[in-house]
Amino acid sequence: MSEQTLLNWLLTDEPTSRRHARLTRFYQGWLALRANTLAMLGLSILIVLTLMAILAPVLAPHDPFVQNLGNRLQPLGSTDHLLGTDSLGRDILSRLIYGSRITLYIVALVALIAPIAGLLVGTVSGYAGGWVDVILMRITDVFLAFPRLVLALAFVAVLGAGIENAVIAISLTAWPPYARIARAETLTIRSSDYISAIRLQGAKPLRIITKHIWPLCMSSLIVRVTLDMAGIILAAAGLGFLGLGAQPPSPEWGAMISEGRRFILDSWWVATIPGLAIFTVSLAFNLLGDGLRDVLDPKSRGQ
Amino acid sequence: MLSVKNLWVKFPTNKGLFDAVRGISFSLGRERLGIVGESGSGKSMTGRAILRLIRPPGFIMAEYVKFGEDNLIDLDESKMRSIRGRRISMVMQDPKFSLNPVMTIGAQIIEAYRQHNDVPKRVAYQKAIEMLDAVLIRDTERVLRAYPHEVSGGMGQRIMIAMMLIPNPDILIADEPTSALDVSVQKQVMSILDGLVTRRGMGLILISHDLNLVSQFCDRVLIMYAGRIVEVCDAGALHQARHPYTQGLLNSLPRLTEKTRHLSVLQRDPAWAQPDSVTS
Amino acid sequence: MLNVTKLNVWFGHGRDRVDAVKSVDLTVEKGESFGLVGESGSGKSTILRAITGLAPHWSGAMVIDGSKIVGTSRDRVFFRKVQMVFQDPYASLHPRHTVDQVLSETLYLHGITDIESNILRLLDNVGLTARFRFRYPHQLSGGQRQRVAIARALAGRPDMLLLDEPTSALDVSVQAEILNLLTDLRNERHLTYIMVSHNLAVVAHMCDRVAVMRHGEIVELIKVDQLRLGHAHHPYVKELLESTYG
Repeated sequence: MSEQTLLNWLLTDEPTSRRHARLTRFYQGWLALRANTLAMLGLSILIVLTLMAILAPVLAPHDPFVQNLGNRLQPLGSTDHLLGTDSLGRDILSRLIYGSRITLYIVALVALIAPIAGLLVGTVSGYAGGWVDVILMRITDVFLAFPRLVLALAFVAVLGAGIENAVIAISLTAWPPYARIARAETLTIRSSDYISAIRLQGAKPLRIITKHIWPLCMSSLIVRVTLDMAGIILAAAGLGFLGLGAQPPSPEWGAMISEGRRFILDSWWVATIPGLAIFTVSLAFNLLGDGLRDVLDPKSRGQ
Repeated sequence: MLSVKNLWVKFPTNKGLFDAVRGISFSLGRERLGIVGESGSGKSMTGRAILRLIRPPGFIMAEYVKFGEDNLIDLDESKMRSIRGRRISMVMQDPKFSLNPVMTIGAQIIEAYRQHNDVPKRVAYQKAIEMLDAVLIRDTERVLRAYPHEVSGGMGQRIMIAMMLIPNPDILIADEPTSALDVSVQKQVMSILDGLVTRRGMGLILISHDLNLVSQFCDRVLIMYAGRIVEVCDAGALHQARHPYTQGLLNSLPRLTEKTRHLSVLQRDPAWAQPDSVTS
Repeated sequence: MLNVTKLNVWFGHGRDRVDAVKSVDLTVEKGESFGLVGESGSGKSTILRAITGLAPHWSGAMVIDGSKIVGTSRDRVFFRKVQMVFQDPYASLHPRHTVDQVLSETLYLHGITDIESNILRLLDNVGLTARFRFRYPHQLSGGQRQRVAIARALAGRPDMLLLDEPTSALDVSVQAEILNLLTDLRNERHLTYIMVSHNLAVVAHMCDRVAVMRHGEIVELIKVDQLRLGHAHHPYVKELLESTYG
């Protein structure tokens, strides 16, 4: 298949199979996203981050855990240590590269747990209505009433410090907004004609929720997740900074800032470099989220 | 008063440029001009293009859109703003989307009036009452205190018309002003509009899909198909229209007076989209 | 086929209660095409929604084919007997489902096994070719969408179609096509129609008898032949006739 025929195949208004229909829709979404320069910038940063995490052993010039006290607090650009070294003489660049694995790990886990929990609670609550709605939403309100980091701190304090527990704690604090969004979407979708139509075919609530409401809630949740990613990374870093997330010597970015804090006046780069990394990745997620909103928002598409 | 030459409206898509309006020319005097066509015929785009209200990435091309001395195509945005609403007004299909939901109707009319006339609030309030009187709204004081969701669709549309007429524009463009309304209210709103237009000597462009409505309330009708004008005729003579598209549209309407098993279906001829626009 | 007595439908309660339908009686014979005409808010669509269980509160009695309807839940037997076509084809199809998904799910829900050939047959019935099978709603015109919606309603081979303003969102030329399709389908399958519309001419074209509604009540029940001759009694119906004649 030449390039032109492939393009036509992907852009056709007359798909010939289920797979073809899905591919054309996906491709058109991709084209719309590609037109958004900032979103593409965000996406490229995230791709670089992912590659960095995968290829960490190859990319890192040093072992991130090897200490060299004679070589501590080397400045930026010193020979052999491009981004300098920290208070224990570890190469900051290598720690940064290995740290991307932890960041991605946290992000991926939270991005799986929180929205799915929120989606379940929100759609069931919105579709069922009545007392189910009241009970589920009051529970949501209870979680929403606490400041996020404080609640996460409380959870970690109960569960014990560590990266897995940090993920669980962040997820527990992150799901209520998703439940709220999913519920609000469900309320509008529930009263639409296409839901009435499928009810008139005898479809049961479970089928309506999973096959008809979920696909429509999904896009706004994906957008929200990407926009929240920055917050999640910051929360994880915050926990790390407070010593309740990743434990030393693991090169988690928040923990790295925390360690560098003591030397911030004399050796500013030790805290600043991981801070910049957090900033860049958060920004990348926000840019991508903004672009995805334009592409995925069901209200602005297909018109 | 308004004369349009070779107007195009184009939208870039994944598959190249889509021409929504394809090189139409017409002129408008102090008359009621109807633009009729089906959805996608470009009739609404024509109305919006006159006021340069096409949203990007869509764009407009024309030899000229002359309004008095000005060529609307070349005017800068700030001059355009002074024409929009002030000298050419537009009434949209659904009043719900055109009125601000969190302001009372009175506040909106008074604000609109004071934007165009430097008068104290009291005078503007009196004017607002007069305006609503002009569109045959009876309990004006109550309506002025009401929020847009508290009035019916017909009332909302009359309020919109009142607001659009405040600056005494030379031309009113009405895009499907009554299609969200019930039949009985439709007639009422149209005759109010009609009366105001004739009394003030304005030009009216009535954009509609409803052939009968247009033939009742207009002097001249442009029939659009696939972005072009296929026929221009006197509104009264619409039923003697010669173009097969116009005839087909008229014939496909069910009639209360005759009993038929099948309605005649419009057979679209690709050739209709080909020739250049008819000019008027 | 359908017998409705003393039907009341309301929304909200207490001070906010709105009575949408007030004490309506109507009988629709098997094979008949019955019209409900009225302006927006007259309660005509609400009657259809009450029949199908989409309106939450109602009182009175409704009997379909000898079996009494209770509450708002309907069983599978009901859905195989009665189906509905909605007003706005832009809102009645799931925006993320292809025509194929819509029809195959409907067929599956009605327990029909041979889905593949049935989809093609249904598309053919409503005048669409197999080319349309994998399209999303945004790749279809208004008329094509309404055809898909009609195909969906026909999938379970119902006896009765409730048509809620099926053409009011469409251009007149497309309206003619859809109305002709509905006429043909009714002849082929001996369907019973209840058609709701604000357009007297459309209802008169499609129906044998018409009930004119206003403020939730039926003000006049009239045969279409009488209507054509202009033999209406109620002043409101006369007014409607007048505005339709133009």
